[in-house]
Amino acid sequence: MRPEAREAVITVRGLRNQFGAQVIHDHLDLDVWRGEVLGIVGGSGTGKSVLMRTIVGLNRPRAGSINVLGVDVLGADEDVRHAVERRWGVLFQDGALFSSLTVAQNIEVPMKEHLDLPDKLRAEIARLKVKLVGLPPEAADKFPSELSGGMRKRAGLARALALDPEIVFLDEPTAGLDPVGATAFDNLIKDLQQALGLTVFMVTHDLDSLYAICDRIAVLAEKRVLVEGPIEVMLEQTHPWIREYFHGPRARAALGA
Amino acid sequence: MNAEIGKTTFWQTARREGGLGCACTGAWIIANAAAIDAAIAGTESVSGHAILDLGGLSRLDTAGAHLIVKAERRLAAGGATVERIGARPEYETLLELVTCDAARLVPPPPGPPWIIRFLGGIGQSTVNAGHEARDLIGFIGLVIVTLARLIVKPWRLRLTSLVFNIEQVGFNAMPIIGLLSFLIGVVMAYQGADQLARFGAQIYVVNLLGISVLRELGVLMTSIIVAGRSGSAFTAQIGSMKLREEIDAMRTIGLDPVEVLVLPRVLALIVALPLLTFFADIMGLLGGALMAWSSLDLPPRLFLTQLQQAVELHTFFVGLIKAPVFAMTIAIVGCYMGMKVSGSAESVGKMTTASVVLSIFLVIVIDAFFSVFFSMVGL
Ligand SMILES: Nc1ncnc2c1ncn2[C@@H]1O[C@H](COP(=O)(O)OP(=O)(O)OP(=O)(O)O)[C@@H](O)[C@H]1O
Ligand SMILES: [Mg+2]
Repeated sequence: MRPEAREAVITVRGLRNQFGAQVIHDHLDLDVWRGEVLGIVGGSGTGKSVLMRTIVGLNRPRAGSINVLGVDVLGADEDVRHAVERRWGVLFQDGALFSSLTVAQNIEVPMKEHLDLPDKLRAEIARLKVKLVGLPPEAADKFPSELSGGMRKRAGLARALALDPEIVFLDEPTAGLDPVGATAFDNLIKDLQQALGLTVFMVTHDLDSLYAICDRIAVLAEKRVLVEGPIEVMLEQTHPWIREYFHGPRARAALGA
Repeated sequence: MNAEIGKTTFWQTARREGGLGCACTGAWIIANAAAIDAAIAGTESVSGHAILDLGGLSRLDTAGAHLIVKAERRLAAGGATVERIGARPEYETLLELVTCDAARLVPPPPGPPWIIRFLGGIGQSTVNAGHEARDLIGFIGLVIVTLARLIVKPWRLRLTSLVFNIEQVGFNAMPIIGLLSFLIGVVMAYQGADQLARFGAQIYVVNLLGISVLRELGVLMTSIIVAGRSGSAFTAQIGSMKLREEIDAMRTIGLDPVEVLVLPRVLALIVALPLLTFFADIMGLLGGALMAWSSLDLPPRLFLTQLQQAVELHTFFVGLIKAPVFAMTIAIVGCYMGMKVSGSAESVGKMTTASVVLSIFLVIVIDAFFSVFFSMVGL
């Protein structure tokens, strides 16, 4: 993407997160451009999930500013925040479906909250989302506890996509999916991104996803975004962890494929 | 974005030679979906050739794409051949994504009529109640067997867990149980004195208080509070562990959940409930004595002498002996209901309610049996 054409949909500046004495992020800066798929990588426990939770407002940072879709989410009042929430969708690391609702009802929750749709149309759209994420029709009427882990993930994505958001936050979307399913998931995200101009903020360890669909990658290490850029930039890095990550045996396998 | 609603017409149709021309205009997005859906529902059905012009679309999302497919399907069902023109390539991708068999978008029919469901529900609950009773008895058996194994191998007792649970269910419950028993004593003394005063027999308020608190109220109040406080906690704790597969994990490691989770709780309550009952008895009498002193001018010394005549040691023990039985009941029901949790977070709530209701019910039923038994043996 040409630099002058980019518009930042998420801007994070000087972010600091801390739990007790443990500092997770310090002086973290990050930009996400409209329409891109940004992959966030980093070792376990480097604070990828915490970063995502902070951006969507589930965790209040100690310092820094966060701007999403032109709104200062930390300072905005309730109504403005509510309006922004309608424009993003979040898929949590373990799906986080409402366990007392069926999959279709789960997908209808954000639609009921934010839109006034006739029941029949809402049910149709919910079932369409079930189809979109590649779940079989009968999954729509099942409860989350009756689904496999990978199916729960897909159902979580369907809920995240319920309002056709402008940004989706995905926390390890392909973890726990079979390789065929994971590839289909990648393709779906790519298709949606191209067709809808979706911006995707994706925490992932899946090297195949990184190669296949991420326009840009941000590496979280040493409490901040250490490097960012397309995969070619990653391959040139000399930082030992990044080298190991992108040149290890798994990475070579993914690259070779 | 919302300003677009109402101002724009999303769907225009015009008859043309050999069929119909339809133009989709504006933003076909989920926020406008209700209006668009209503507009396409009003389209007359034509035969011949229908042309769908997507050139005027300013935005399209999956809901909008679905509505386009729906409109095409409607026209086709009316006997028209549909042609789509003017779609941008990215819209084509989207339309392809959302195209699917119409049948899978319809929710399944809601099932049989309500009367059948109602009658079926009665039958189902009856059968369930039977199964519940059978399973509960099975669980009691399991606990007893595990307990017996523990007697043979006492070192397997989880001492830390036992002590922790005694603190939780016993020590930490003292303030609330003490306060409530004290107040019950106050109320009993006051109400009793009021009635007895009509016969000039105020002094017998001590008998009333001594017998009712020691025999029934102390242990019953304590059990009910403990059922609400600890029985529910047992269910919720074990239930959430069950939900997160912690219990399954224990089994695979070779730990017996009954030994690790249930026994410490049962034993803790068996130890704690009699102690709490004793405490409640004392506090109830204390409340009564204070009330008698302040409003009846019955000095504590006189209260004690009268109490000594009114109650015998067995009055006290008749109350206390029920405590371990109630403790078993509450703890076993609490743990059993926790083990029954499955599926959803809602199930934890349902089982917790069921646990409190069932244990209080059983405590009162067992208390009634005790009364019958004691009157038969003449106590
Ligand atoms: N609520 C919390 N309280 C205290 N510490 C927390 C909390 N949430 C996260 N942490 C800590 O923050 C750090 C980052 O956690 P995070 O979940 O973001 O890791 P992650 O990068 O997503 O790892 P993974 O790849 O394993 O998912 C961890 O060290 C964790 O212990
Ligand atoms: Mg994480």
